[in-house]
Amino acid sequence: MAKNVLTQENFSILEQSIDRHRGIKGPLMPILNDVQKTFGCVPLEVQQKISEELNIPFSEIYGVVTFYSQFSLEPKGDFVIGVCMGTACYVKNAQPILDKIADIIDTKVGETSKDGKFTLVATRCIGACGLAPVITVNEDVYGRLKVEDVPGIMEKY
Amino acid sequence: MKSLEELRRIRQDAKAQVNIRTEKDGARIVVGMATCGIASGARPVMKALLDENKRRSLDSVRITQTGCIGACKLEPIIEVYTRGGEKTTYVEMTEEKARKVINEHIVNGRIISEYTIGAYEK
Amino acid sequence: MDLSRSHVMVCGGTGCVSSSSMKIMDRFNELLAENDMDREIKVVKTGCFGLCEAGPIVVIYPEGAFYSQIKVEDVDRIVSEHLVKGRMVKDLLYKGSVEGEVIKSINDVGFYKKQQRVTLRNCGVINPEVIEEYVAYDGYEALGKVLTEMSPEEVIQIIKDSGLRGRGGGGFPSGLKWEFTAKAEGDQKYVACNADEGDPGAFMDRSILEGDPHVIIEAMAIAGYAVGADMGYVYIRAEYPIAVNRLQIAIDQAREKGLLGRDIFGTGFNFDMEIRLGAGAFVCGEETALINSIEGKRGMPRPRPPFPAHKGIWNKPTSLNNVETYANVPQIILKGADWFAGIGTEKSKGTKVFALGGKIQNTGLLEVPMGTTLKEVIYDVGGGIPNGKAFKAVQTGGPSGGCIPAAHIDTPIDYDNLIELGSMMGSGGMIVMDEDNCMVDIARFFLDFTVEESCGKCTPCREGTKRMLDILDDISEGKGTPEDLDMLENLADTIKSASLCGLGQTAPNPVLSTLHYFRNEYEAHVNEKKCPAGSCQALTNYFITEDCKGCTLCKKACPVDAIEGERKEMHVVDTVKCIKCGACVDKCPFKAIIKK
Repeated sequence: MAKNVLTQENFSILEQSIDRHRGIKGPLMPILNDVQKTFGCVPLEVQQKISEELNIPFSEIYGVVTFYSQFSLEPKGDFVIGVCMGTACYVKNAQPILDKIADIIDTKVGETSKDGKFTLVATRCIGACGLAPVITVNEDVYGRLKVEDVPGIMEKY
Repeated sequence: MKSLEELRRIRQDAKAQVNIRTEKDGARIVVGMATCGIASGARPVMKALLDENKRRSLDSVRITQTGCIGACKLEPIIEVYTRGGEKTTYVEMTEEKARKVINEHIVNGRIISEYTIGAYEK
Repeated sequence: MDLSRSHVMVCGGTGCVSSSSMKIMDRFNELLAENDMDREIKVVKTGCFGLCEAGPIVVIYPEGAFYSQIKVEDVDRIVSEHLVKGRMVKDLLYKGSVEGEVIKSINDVGFYKKQQRVTLRNCGVINPEVIEEYVAYDGYEALGKVLTEMSPEEVIQIIKDSGLRGRGGGGFPSGLKWEFTAKAEGDQKYVACNADEGDPGAFMDRSILEGDPHVIIEAMAIAGYAVGADMGYVYIRAEYPIAVNRLQIAIDQAREKGLLGRDIFGTGFNFDMEIRLGAGAFVCGEETALINSIEGKRGMPRPRPPFPAHKGIWNKPTSLNNVETYANVPQIILKGADWFAGIGTEKSKGTKVFALGGKIQNTGLLEVPMGTTLKEVIYDVGGGIPNGKAFKAVQTGGPSGGCIPAAHIDTPIDYDNLIELGSMMGSGGMIVMDEDNCMVDIARFFLDFTVEESCGKCTPCREGTKRMLDILDDISEGKGTPEDLDMLENLADTIKSASLCGLGQTAPNPVLSTLHYFRNEYEAHVNEKKCPAGSCQALTNYFITEDCKGCTLCKKACPVDAIEGERKEMHVVDTVKCIKCGACVDKCPFKAIIKK
């Protein structure tokens, strides 16, 4: 795991959430929703804790967490960088751009940087072929990129 | 909430606040609210009209504002458009006069000739 | 509170909020304060007006002036012209509301004229975060009437007599559902509201919750009284933060006013409610899956029977209704079963909200009486197909529904007619398609969605939909065979009859209906390896016609250098190199590049 989300602070928020929901029927989903919001994911350690506190089998909690698409086991970075690897972008040298970004944030494709700031993903065609090659950073789109442009863009974040 | 009466009391008050959003087919009163109008006291006139309208629950009357009507020395001016489309222009309005316009003109259908622009020009 | 001479209603629905309507609202407040008019003009955040195409929307009363696509910069002019001088800013008004010199009020605009707003009556009219405004429009009167004048049996009878049917998809008579729950044995009963609106393109439930949250609270309390429940759960998508927030505000206000809690209206009736959030699983819109999710389990459906009316949440009798269904209830109580039964067709009563999207002029939310024809909805309310294209089909009912072709456009919309046409009402999504849409591709899109969202509990749905998608993928890539079409139908039949819940039982509908009405398109893909609509990338090629002037723009635009040709000479596309991205078509000033 890249970003350390298992902080004392987050755990104390978790405890409050557990206490608040202990009395109600079906407390698991509301607590997991809180956890996802606080931790940015639902780590195994947290599931373990909930399991002990509420006396719900760990396996059951894991089953619930992996069922719903809003819950994730690992946190995503604050900025998700998508590098389009569709055909148009690929032939326009998307690969070196991807490599350059990976180099700058020191992260492999599909992973999150150590400081938890960036998550790097290679995406399918995003339909902006006229702008190829294209990357997206959260909602921002950058097109007609050259490898030289990459450091400048990364500096903004 | 312990009774229906309590709910209805809340409704009564709240209704006056939102009444402005419903379609109206009755008379329309327009207040000249340009700088000249406001300077000579159009705002209290507007308030008085709204208040009197609410007091008498005249749901079908629309009160709106307009810019300079053109006769700045006669401000505050209000214009009353009745359902038939006739227009009456009242000049040098005050709060009391405004309330009287609603009582006489809107409710009883009697134009108060001495407040009209016609009377002034004589 | 002072009386105001004018109200500025700013849309606070999700659509308009995402195009910065809240900044517009702030700017209004700022400018009104500057002009010292903040005490005589009130700025109100309200719910969705429905015409999302024209958002962000601002309506100014008492004139009913309908401003559309407002930008923050425009606010200055509206304040200085309209609010100070009383002159409407014509060029900012919705274009459908200006006819020569005449400016029409919002209610006279074509989009609204054919509509009959029952469940959306307060959306765009009240401030959803102020309980008094709901009360002003007869809010909680129905609850008062029910508790003080009626027995639970009488309430159920009225709902039964009205003919109200579930608006979430299936169309089961709501009164019967209540009656089953009321008669079921149990020391504890629940009512629940299904607000897990997941159909792509449908957002009526969100709009009701955002624009008129109190109506759901009132209706659930009425249902609670009728079935004998003192607790209600609203299961709502976590993806709807604004709706969740407004509903929570509304619940808190209702508690504070004693409209939720103990001894409501001094009648000894107790009722309270809680919000439960979903976590991104489409299948949770299915009632038994929803119940599992509320209980904190994986949201997978349970076999029925037992039905929720007998064994629902925590195995207690539970009456579960959809948001739009509930939104009808208070008005049925106040205006009577006959009033409601007087709207609509023989077997489908009342109105229905539709979310109109796709290739249509007026994208948005509309409410019409049942029995309105598809044509009226698409042309009179929806404004027709843009860019002069031809209407091809309309998809109703989301991933559970089907495509209805132009030949049936005069069909009156009700539950039974749509089923007869191989589609269904569903939650009310309506996607309009024109000649450029490929039916195979549409079927693929919906099946792709179902495969993704299938919970995996039963095999026909888990495996069957996946196999169907594989076949559709092949067909759209030109690898299909004539036998594939039979195989599709065969699989569809099995999935429909053998799946555990509604998701699987209806999943093949988009494929079956398109196969039925547009079999020739499937055959063209399979036999001639052609996509008649020019939509399936693998089966279309780009050609440059003689209209080419040799301007070289397309050549520069091509990301893969697949276009060749000298200046001022006709260019040619190398179809082997071409990746069919379409960038050249957008650039060509002479419309000389065509897809075939």
